[in-house]
Amino acid sequence: MAKLELQNLTKAYSRDIVPVKKLNLAVEDNEFLTLVGPSGCGKSTILRLIAGLDQPTEGRVMIGDRDVSPLPPGDRNIAMVFQSYALYPHMTVRDNVASGLKMRHLPAGDIQKRVQEVSGVLGLDPLLDRKPAKLSGGQRQRVALARALVRNPDVFLLDEPLSNLDALLREQVRADLKQIFEDQKSPIVYVTHDQTEAMTLSTKVAVLSEGHLQQLGHPHDIYKTPANRFVASFIGSPQMNLFPLSRSGNDVALGDFRLPLPGGVQAASVILGIRPEHLRLPQEGDAHIVSGNVFLVENLGMHDLVSLKVQGDPSLTLRALISADASWSKENLKLALPPESIHWFDGETEQRLK
Amino acid sequence: MLTTLQNAYQYALENSDRVFTALQQHLLLVAVPLAIGLVVGLPLGWWSARSRLVSTVMLNTFNALRVIPSLAVLFLAVPFLGLSFWSAVLALTLLVMPPILISTDVAFRNISPAIREAATGMGMPPGDILKTVELPLALPVVIAGIKTATVEVIASATLAAFVGAGGLGAFIVLGFAVYDPAILLVGALPVALLALLAEVGLSAVQRAAQPPGVRQPL
Repeated sequence: MAKLELQNLTKAYSRDIVPVKKLNLAVEDNEFLTLVGPSGCGKSTILRLIAGLDQPTEGRVMIGDRDVSPLPPGDRNIAMVFQSYALYPHMTVRDNVASGLKMRHLPAGDIQKRVQEVSGVLGLDPLLDRKPAKLSGGQRQRVALARALVRNPDVFLLDEPLSNLDALLREQVRADLKQIFEDQKSPIVYVTHDQTEAMTLSTKVAVLSEGHLQQLGHPHDIYKTPANRFVASFIGSPQMNLFPLSRSGNDVALGDFRLPLPGGVQAASVILGIRPEHLRLPQEGDAHIVSGNVFLVENLGMHDLVSLKVQGDPSLTLRALISADASWSKENLKLALPPESIHWFDGETEQRLK
Repeated sequence: MLTTLQNAYQYALENSDRVFTALQQHLLLVAVPLAIGLVVGLPLGWWSARSRLVSTVMLNTFNALRVIPSLAVLFLAVPFLGLSFWSAVLALTLLVMPPILISTDVAFRNISPAIREAATGMGMPPGDILKTVELPLALPVVIAGIKTATVEVIASATLAAFVGAGGLGAFIVLGFAVYDPAILLVGALPVALLALLAEVGLSAVQRAAQPPGVRQPL
């Protein structure tokens, strides 16, 4: 087992195309790190740099005490699961799973034992003699996982392994993945653009944008205290309400409503953020209440996602998740903004205000 | 027609030694160019699949050479190699190269880069990737090219008779010269049979090499 460390990692394809910029990250044993970000943020490039499929322009990839940056993929003891699964179509499931062990020239008995252990865990026993063409998407996905797990690698890399599955299967396999990898000791690096996967699977999440690390932390911390506007808008579904506002004195105006700034804020302009799930129907004693005209109600089952135009400034749209059982006026809706749920960001730097 | 066939059978029986020798020569005229084609064409095809430059040069060169009729190559070779077996081998080698080269190029080029990358990402060394992943996946298309080359060279080896290299074509040339269809058939029928056998046999090999679920070869 070994710690994975990325030191000052940079990858540049040209002067203008730099998908990874001076990245520093560490993933300990038993840690499940998810790299999350929009398309083009550099997350898959980072995985390829760790695997050795691409060479960094600068910086180092350390596994334990070894600098593996100059080593070919074969000498890194890494197992990778690909988005397309990339199973060998001419091999049976058994041979696919065993392929990583055969190249290490392990005794046939040991190979068979390892394959059986892993296929038992992943429920592949009845499929061992089939070829990939005869498997469903979910089954192929499990074979790709088995091929990685069987090797007992120093590091696991998973590149959007659920993105080719339909929504129902994705949920089921996500739960399976969590259970399977909870028993693994090696560091795991998982790439996804799906924040639900990032939040549910990881012990640590790295949010990336344009090659830069925006925030690194426990999924709960990233949700509760996003480091900047980008993280605030990217993590959470439905997306956080974000309003760039000018201060006047110690207040800001949200349409017709004035909200006090927290003490010590010096910024001339701020961004107010509040998650739709934290807005609620007013109760007695609520200090900050806004109202507006409802123009859209989306039924999400347990909740209604309500969009309203803030009174006094129709260009401001506020979205709120309200329990489907609650009764409220469909025309003019009043909502409370609990102060502890409001996030403040600097209007210029877009960084979180302490 | 039946009489012609009977006459051909009679002629073959009476000249069985000559027919057997011609068959041996014909098989040699097939085997040698095919062997050279495989030894040279397979590595070149593999190389050209990996390099755009090599691919452009190789495929265009051999395609250009293919435009020259085999008979013309045969006579062009005579001033250098004489009226000999090797003149025929040269012409026939130029004939077998394009299908072997092109099919090998296509076979390796069509392997999904994701599969190759998965093998690399899982730590497989390049030699193992070639042996255990690329070759089995490329094999059906490579065999398709070898099949085309074999059938072509079996048929075209008859031209060797024009430069005195023997083979079953000698009976065809003789049949034309004396205007005797029976003698012509003694050469033509075994050639057709050989070509058919090669087609059926190599098609079976190709099917056996085809992994289920992988795209059918050309």
